[in-house]
Amino acid sequence: MATNLTISAVREGIAAKKMSARELAADYFKRIAARNTELNAFLTLCEKRAYAQADRVDAMVAAGKPLPPLAGVPIAIKDTISTRGLRTTCGSKILDNYIPPYDATAVIRLEAAGAVILGKTNCDEFAMGSSTENSAYGPVKNPVAPDRVPGGSSGGSAAAVAADLAVAALGTDTGGSIRQPGSFCGIPAMMGSYGRVSRYGLIAFASSLDRIGPFAHNVADVAQVLQIIAGRDPNDSTSTTAPVEDYGAGLAKPVKGMKIGIPKEYFGAGMDAGVREKVEAGIALLRKMGCELMDIHLPHTDYAIATYYIIATAEASSNLARYDGVRFGPRVDGDSLIAMYRKTRGAGFGPEVKRRIVLGTYVLSAGYYDAYYLKGQKVRALIAQDFREAFQKVDAIVTPTSPVPAFKLGERVNDPLQMYLADIYTVTGSLAGLPGISVPCGRIGGKLPVGLQVFGPAFGEAKVLRLAHAFEQAGGAAL
Amino acid sequence: MKISREDVLRVADLAYLDLGEAELETYRAQIDEILEYIGKLNELDTGKVEPMAQVLADDQTADATLREDLVVPCAVADDVLEHAPDPEPPYFLVPKVIER
Repeated sequence: MATNLTISAVREGIAAKKMSARELAADYFKRIAARNTELNAFLTLCEKRAYAQADRVDAMVAAGKPLPPLAGVPIAIKDTISTRGLRTTCGSKILDNYIPPYDATAVIRLEAAGAVILGKTNCDEFAMGSSTENSAYGPVKNPVAPDRVPGGSSGGSAAAVAADLAVAALGTDTGGSIRQPGSFCGIPAMMGSYGRVSRYGLIAFASSLDRIGPFAHNVADVAQVLQIIAGRDPNDSTSTTAPVEDYGAGLAKPVKGMKIGIPKEYFGAGMDAGVREKVEAGIALLRKMGCELMDIHLPHTDYAIATYYIIATAEASSNLARYDGVRFGPRVDGDSLIAMYRKTRGAGFGPEVKRRIVLGTYVLSAGYYDAYYLKGQKVRALIAQDFREAFQKVDAIVTPTSPVPAFKLGERVNDPLQMYLADIYTVTGSLAGLPGISVPCGRIGGKLPVGLQVFGPAFGEAKVLRLAHAFEQAGGAAL
Repeated sequence: MKISREDVLRVADLAYLDLGEAELETYRAQIDEILEYIGKLNELDTGKVEPMAQVLADDQTADATLREDLVVPCAVADDVLEHAPDPEPPYFLVPKVIER
């Protein structure tokens, strides 16, 4: 069976009857069986659901009906996204046996477009982490370098695509959780603008920041998947009615003369020398492609991590109040209702989640709200304003995705602040609600992947994808 | 020190979260370090800045509206109760709340 199949290769192969959707699904399950013990990318597989969907696609082929855009495409779904009848744990023991009674809108749209869902991927507990080491079900290994983390929190989705155990995957991004693992595993990975993709069925971590987005083998496939899941959903009042552009058609447009801002603040101390070298080569390539580069300033960048860890933990402490052992998940009995809540939560949540609940509750508590939470919201406004001003002058902003390449398993687990600081280049776009992609930008020593991050203005997905696609086509991954 | 052992206990109490003795001190020290770092926000004068709760309100191109308040079928009670920790359809059972 061919490796690294793309969406168009799957569609052509199935339409030409070179392979059936069922055979293709079976092949991917075989690959998962061979690799997953080592990688731990998948937590739950859904063969029955996958084969039922594959058979529907094969029946369409047999009947000569037109095929939907993702017909037979094997896709993995992060375990923070609800799937009806299919265990969804969020990487947490507190949802160990949780079976959602409904599908997320993104999942409904993928299956309606013919996609074959293979299973649910491992992640940091409730998407809180940058390495997937905070999963209650054990860490994921980076398929590119098995002694290293795949990034996080969507490490399972990134690893599944990078190891060719799926053609594409959905992840979720709150502070970098799609883009950073995409960068660590050497594949393109994108979050659309806040409001572009419905969050209905995405189990909430920080509601003003959470987004669903795709991983794939190339930018064209990322664009395809985003196209399917984007757009207004009445079940999510924050999903917008702004029209969804034709991303695929936009990819072929020229990037010559595109104005690209390079923010000085993203190239300061703390950046790995290997990352710097590759990203500078990436910028040189953009210049060669005819883009117009200019230095810009995003002066509040240095305050983004502090702002993010106030807002994200505050929202998390509120969202995670629902895990009480009453309606779902395991329960630890207590001699009163409150004792039951306390024991269930104490036993069900892992260390990073507890730490964030305590921090988030603290910054919201009487006497500290103004000093922390309100202050954070104000600095968030300043960070968003930095970007708004920059986008008066440029079409896109290019930065490294992460200051470091994939680090070794266990290297940072005992130092939460160091782990947080690794999100420095991604949290800014999260706070400002902008679309962002990480696209492969060479490998350090030919081994460890580096990601180039492209931010666009709000709802400028087409521009972001066009630039990332052109960069990829110009050989960005081989720098 | 930004956060004391008593603060952590008080906050854990607000969050209905049981913490063991060892984790209590570990989290206190780690959160203390994080709050110390967060303190850098005080370098910024935000006296005239409006707080930003979410990004959409701020963006003229976005139009996040509420849907019509219609009754739609939602027959999931059986599915939900089937996996509940202590179901007695159509109820969830919990420890006694009211003494009498």
